[in-house]
Amino acid sequence: MRYVMVIDTRRCVGCMDCVVACKTENNVPEGYNRDWITEEVRGAYPQPRLEIRSERCNHCARPPCVSCCPTGASRVHRGGVVLVAHRQCIGCKACLAACPYDARFTHPDGYADKCTFCHHRVDQGQLPACVSVCPTHCMHFGDLDNPESEVSRLLRSRAHHALLPEAGCQPHVFYLT
Amino acid sequence: MPELSRRRFLKISSASIVTAGAAGSSLAALARTSGATGESGLRQVPTFCDICFWKCGCIATVREGRLWKLEGNPLDPLCRGRLCPRGTGGVGALTDPDRLRTPLIRTQERGAEKWKEATWEEALTHIAEKMKKIAATHGPEAMALFSHGIGGTFLKHTLKAFGSPNIAAPSFAQCRGPRDVGFRLTFGEDIGSPERTDIENAQCLVLIGSHLGENMHNTQVQEFATAVGRGASLIVVDPRFSVAAGKAKYYLPIKPGTDLALILAWMNVLVTEKLYDVEYVTKHGHGFEAFVAALAPWTPEWAYPETGINPALIRATAREMARYRPATLVHPGRHTNWYGDDAQRSRALALLNALLGSWGRKGGFYAPSTMAVPDYPYPEYPKAKRPKVDNPDHKYRFAHETLTTGIREATLTGQPYPIKGWLVYATNLLQALPSEAETIRAIQQLDLLVVIDVVPSETAGWADVVLPESTYLERHDELNVEVFKEPFVALRQPVIASPHDQKPNWWIARQLAVKLGLESYYPWKDIEEYLGARVKEAGLDFAELKKHGLIRGPREPLYFEDGAPAEFGTPSGKIEFYSNQLQQAGFDPVPKFTRPEAGPPGSFRLLFGRAPVHTFSRTHTNRVLSDMMSENAVWVNAAAARRLGLKSGDRVRLRNQDGVLSHAVGVKATERIRPDCVYLVHGFGHTARGLRHAFGKGASDAQLITRYKVDPLMGGTAMNVNFVTLEPAERA
Ligand code: SF4
Repeated sequence: MRYVMVIDTRRCVGCMDCVVACKTENNVPEGYNRDWITEEVRGAYPQPRLEIRSERCNHCARPPCVSCCPTGASRVHRGGVVLVAHRQCIGCKACLAACPYDARFTHPDGYADKCTFCHHRVDQGQLPACVSVCPTHCMHFGDLDNPESEVSRLLRSRAHHALLPEAGCQPHVFYLT
Repeated sequence: MPELSRRRFLKISSASIVTAGAAGSSLAALARTSGATGESGLRQVPTFCDICFWKCGCIATVREGRLWKLEGNPLDPLCRGRLCPRGTGGVGALTDPDRLRTPLIRTQERGAEKWKEATWEEALTHIAEKMKKIAATHGPEAMALFSHGIGGTFLKHTLKAFGSPNIAAPSFAQCRGPRDVGFRLTFGEDIGSPERTDIENAQCLVLIGSHLGENMHNTQVQEFATAVGRGASLIVVDPRFSVAAGKAKYYLPIKPGTDLALILAWMNVLVTEKLYDVEYVTKHGHGFEAFVAALAPWTPEWAYPETGINPALIRATAREMARYRPATLVHPGRHTNWYGDDAQRSRALALLNALLGSWGRKGGFYAPSTMAVPDYPYPEYPKAKRPKVDNPDHKYRFAHETLTTGIREATLTGQPYPIKGWLVYATNLLQALPSEAETIRAIQQLDLLVVIDVVPSETAGWADVVLPESTYLERHDELNVEVFKEPFVALRQPVIASPHDQKPNWWIARQLAVKLGLESYYPWKDIEEYLGARVKEAGLDFAELKKHGLIRGPREPLYFEDGAPAEFGTPSGKIEFYSNQLQQAGFDPVPKFTRPEAGPPGSFRLLFGRAPVHTFSRTHTNRVLSDMMSENAVWVNAAAARRLGLKSGDRVRLRNQDGVLSHAVGVKATERIRPDCVYLVHGFGHTARGLRHAFGKGASDAQLITRYKVDPLMGGTAMNVNFVTLEPAERA
């Protein structure tokens, strides 16, 4: 099993509902967030090109945050989900520095925090909070190892990219273009 | 080059919040202190949202006595199980530390924001006495009510029982009025709210200044995403490269204020090239020949210098629209008070839809329906002795709702008769009406200003009495008997108790009526009694409504081809391509373009719009939503910014043509806007001290809108007629 997120940038309007839902679902403290919106503009007025993306931890297949963790608090779990065991984390910030996506932050309680793919919901057969609320239905979540899953079908049929492939971490959040 | 990353921005703003958090105001801490009732486990309550007026059905989950989250009600045809970010963030409305907590009575001069706390008994007695005095001296019509949203229902009832017809909402003269007038004149019907637009089935969607996706009316945005996802052809006309523009097949970077010229040229092409729906126009149209004759001069070549849009592009987009008709929807927009020609521009837009045959057709405009829920059998209202004050001699011939700015004018001048008291419910007039100075001068004429709201707005700052209302999550409201694609009745019901001395609007309105000796107008004692009676009279089951939050009714035909009646409420009973009504009233029977006045040399036209995470100026102290966006930025074209030596993140102030200077605001230097205008998201730059969290953050467009142009047909106030220059802000 390999969980991935597939986000359709054609449908996304950057409304931040994903960010708000993550914050309420996961009690993310004020001033912090586990996902965020990036607006990328190329070219000049009057014909710029605009891509809006909902970004988060990429749950990489080769996660540098895991390999650099001195205590083993950052680990890869079922489905390739990268998680931090809060009690084992000593807050050394090595993982914050190692992540090329700037996906991690130090929680006010002292541990490294980030997106969990809402594994607590996924384990109960629900979608991650961000996916479940998106009013544009631009976000998809599922198992890439299952060729019949919606995410597999989307990645087969639509052009897509991932972020910073050159960093070599094998990110597992994909953007349909 | 990526522009400022949202998260980095959040991280920057979080630095200051963390420091403030040391004083114990972090969200987690708030959640711990509020709503703790000793209740255990999870429970869910269906209700409907009020962060904006769209009224999406939501399900609140309460965990251990505290509101945990709000999610869309899957049964609700408006939200289809998914709220917008504001609805999801509604949790923060409950825990907002800047909320009003108790009634307040003013102790110093107006606007000083100095009050003493009062009991409800004291506050309501004070108001009732003043109202009686006003009625005795000037008549009951001298009391006016400004109200926004469904929560105003009972206050309206109390004021009508009191004997005043002067009840208005900014949603007409400051928002959708011109659009509704333009469509009424053409099709004999309003667009309504929710708009009767069939976006999800449109093959071609044309947005003129409508920034769906930034303007987050839930159903509209969901259907927009569906249309885009399906590959519908999208044409976007906007001086700013909106989010929607980023998805468009054609983006037309129009010169601000010239949309009407473009629409005329499009219609000219459709007529000249015979691309319009001949059968539809022949069957339903009135005055088509005169219309065609009037259009003759308005060629794409004529429109080019006016709009800056290349004739080839005008023709290509007109043909694109024709290709997909009748499933081509030229969106009517919502906030349409722009340049002063707004009702006529909206009428032109209606005519363009008429040429495409989209009214009454799939992918165009559907016929909405509603469920029959009889009104509560109240006693008849006393007959007002004088007509409404807002539109003397029916000067604005085609205004079919009350003009807020007309009431303000009457308050200022005492003509046609004096207005001496204002009740203001859930609307921040100082940010909603143009010319703050006029509003303040009008307030100075009053014997009584009462503001009923959830947070202490700028307008509350000038009030004699401020009444704290419960949030939508803590109260019942009037039923939402929706007029929509699929009819339904929805219930708002409390999820959790109010944390302080806040009261629901129905209670406030009823108590006030009692104090005014109007108890006979409230035969019911409790809102559940009232709602239950209405629901029963409609033949519905109240218990079911409480359990599911809504009851759906049978669908009716949506399109002419399915049997929706092709009837038009115009004088001719047809679609009026040529309007005799307008001609008789001395207006252009077929719209004509007037070039907008240019600003002072070197200035930028000030444009404003919405962000998806805020509603008006009401949500900026909601900590969940302010965490998404705590400040606006002034959008400046990248090349123009370079010329001025400005880059993104620089702090500037905006100075308008009348010398008014804004708060300091960050620059967003971007390739997403024309060089002759700048853009602000509306609602920021708060000056009310009680809005501690939002005070002084960002710049207020409302403050800079000192000038406005009045629509001669309907009295709407056009606001995109102000110009600004930018000057560096001194470092704080
Ligand atoms: S559109 Fe958003 S804010 Fe408005 S009612 Fe719906 S969920 Fe609430």
